[in-house]
Amino acid sequence: MLGWLHIAVPPAPALFGQLLIGLINGAFYAMLSLGLAVIFGLLNIINFAHGAQYMLGAFCAYLVLNYLGIGYWPSLLIAPIVVGAFGMLLERFFIRWIYRLDHLYGLLLTFGMALIIQGVFRQYYGSAGQPYSIPDLLAGGQDLGFMFLPNYRAWVIAASSVCCFGTWFVIERTRLGAYLRAATENPTLVQAFGINVPRMVTLTYGFGVALAALAGVLAAPIYQVSPLMGSNLIIVVFAVVVIGGMGSILGAIVGGFALGIIEGLTKVFYPEASSTAIFVIMVVVLLVKPAGLFGRTV
Amino acid sequence: MRSAAAADALLEVHGLEAWYGESHVLHGVDFAVAAGEVATLLGRNGAGKTTTLKSIMGILPERRGTITFAGRAIIDLPAYRIARLGIAYCPEDRGVFASLTVEENLMLPPVIAPGGMPVDQIYDLFPNLLEHRMSQGTKLSGGEQQMLAIARILRTGARLLLLDEPTEGLAPVIVQQIGAAIVRLKQAGFTILLVEQNFRFAATVADRHYVVEHGRIVDMIPNERLEAETNKLHEYLGV
Repeated sequence: MLGWLHIAVPPAPALFGQLLIGLINGAFYAMLSLGLAVIFGLLNIINFAHGAQYMLGAFCAYLVLNYLGIGYWPSLLIAPIVVGAFGMLLERFFIRWIYRLDHLYGLLLTFGMALIIQGVFRQYYGSAGQPYSIPDLLAGGQDLGFMFLPNYRAWVIAASSVCCFGTWFVIERTRLGAYLRAATENPTLVQAFGINVPRMVTLTYGFGVALAALAGVLAAPIYQVSPLMGSNLIIVVFAVVVIGGMGSILGAIVGGFALGIIEGLTKVFYPEASSTAIFVIMVVVLLVKPAGLFGRTV
Repeated sequence: MRSAAAADALLEVHGLEAWYGESHVLHGVDFAVAAGEVATLLGRNGAGKTTTLKSIMGILPERRGTITFAGRAIIDLPAYRIARLGIAYCPEDRGVFASLTVEENLMLPPVIAPGGMPVDQIYDLFPNLLEHRMSQGTKLSGGEQQMLAIARILRTGARLLLLDEPTEGLAPVIVQQIGAAIVRLKQAGFTILLVEQNFRFAATVADRHYVVEHGRIVDMIPNERLEAETNKLHEYLGV
């Protein structure tokens, strides 16, 4: 009886520690599923290369540090630009040709791209993680009394929240976002209003990829930089996207953070289920609301 | 059927052919619309009226022939460049966006030239829209959605409006309202190409009527001759 109680009421530091890890994971889930949602909304492409593009962001930071001596802060800008531009090339020369085809082709194409990109990096850097240190400014942490909060982790949560809110704001509340929403519904008509939709599609894909790359840079000091860092994460992120509702911006953000926290809590209360909890939730959500929690049923 | 209008035509279509995949829908459409006039394309279902509008707008991939707008050949341009030359399109299904509010729908098409209708004048023309500005676009009634679809292309500075069956499925009182709006738009200097099946409505707003049959223009009837040629028109339209 006492033993059971011991499991059911964990000590506060363990609880908050897992909650923090959950929040950190959630921050990455949210940023990645947000990019996927934006891309899926406009391009109708399930971007399986998203994990590889996240990895590219981390590697970009690692490479410019080791070869050019450029540190963490400039990398937050450089990696999304470089990887986003690379994404736009992929869209322009490969993905563009399959918009009229079934989803399956987009999935195969982007999955193939992910395998190639990951393969190339594994060839040169092996599967082991490369260390990337926390910037000096964010070293150390705060003792909050009930737990110790590393500064870098607080920064990741803040940065991710700002990115997510900013993206949500642009899409839901600005004119640019209105173009995007309208083109998601009816690209032909938006084109007939004088908007260069193909260019908008390229830029949107580039933006989604840049968001993944930014997440990769943020992740580099926490998870290390390894060629497979994205493929480990992306499966969970897809579950998050499905739970939130394919293509739903708010669903991706709320779902990302919420599921990260739920996963963290599962680690405290029933660790054996922690890796499956999200998928169980996905199954339940699909049974009850097939379009996802925030999905629009058309 | 290159009429007198051709001399000062704003829009001139010659030998236009178009395809939907395998099926050849337009077989050489010829007509012209003069600046400032309202012209209609009348014809039965499937005659090729909507296809003609889509071909002009450039949203149909397979088309051939000559389309000249304000002296410029436009058939090889992508749709967004055609729009930027001053042609605006109101589709048959109205194309009101569900994920945008009424106001966002109204403000969506970018301004392509100065001289568009100011927003307060648009609300004056369609007061219902002002009342529902913050509602979701598709929550409007059918008639209001039609008004919104017309309203949003007035702001942009486009000179030629392509309206695809703006009265379809609407109550008579709404049809009257739309008719009055079209007359006011003509007075305001817009050139309008209207697709219609309802020639009684067309007669109240248009200057000339082109009859479309099997993907060709088979006749042109000036509005003042419509009365005299009613029997012929009945035959064309099968009413």
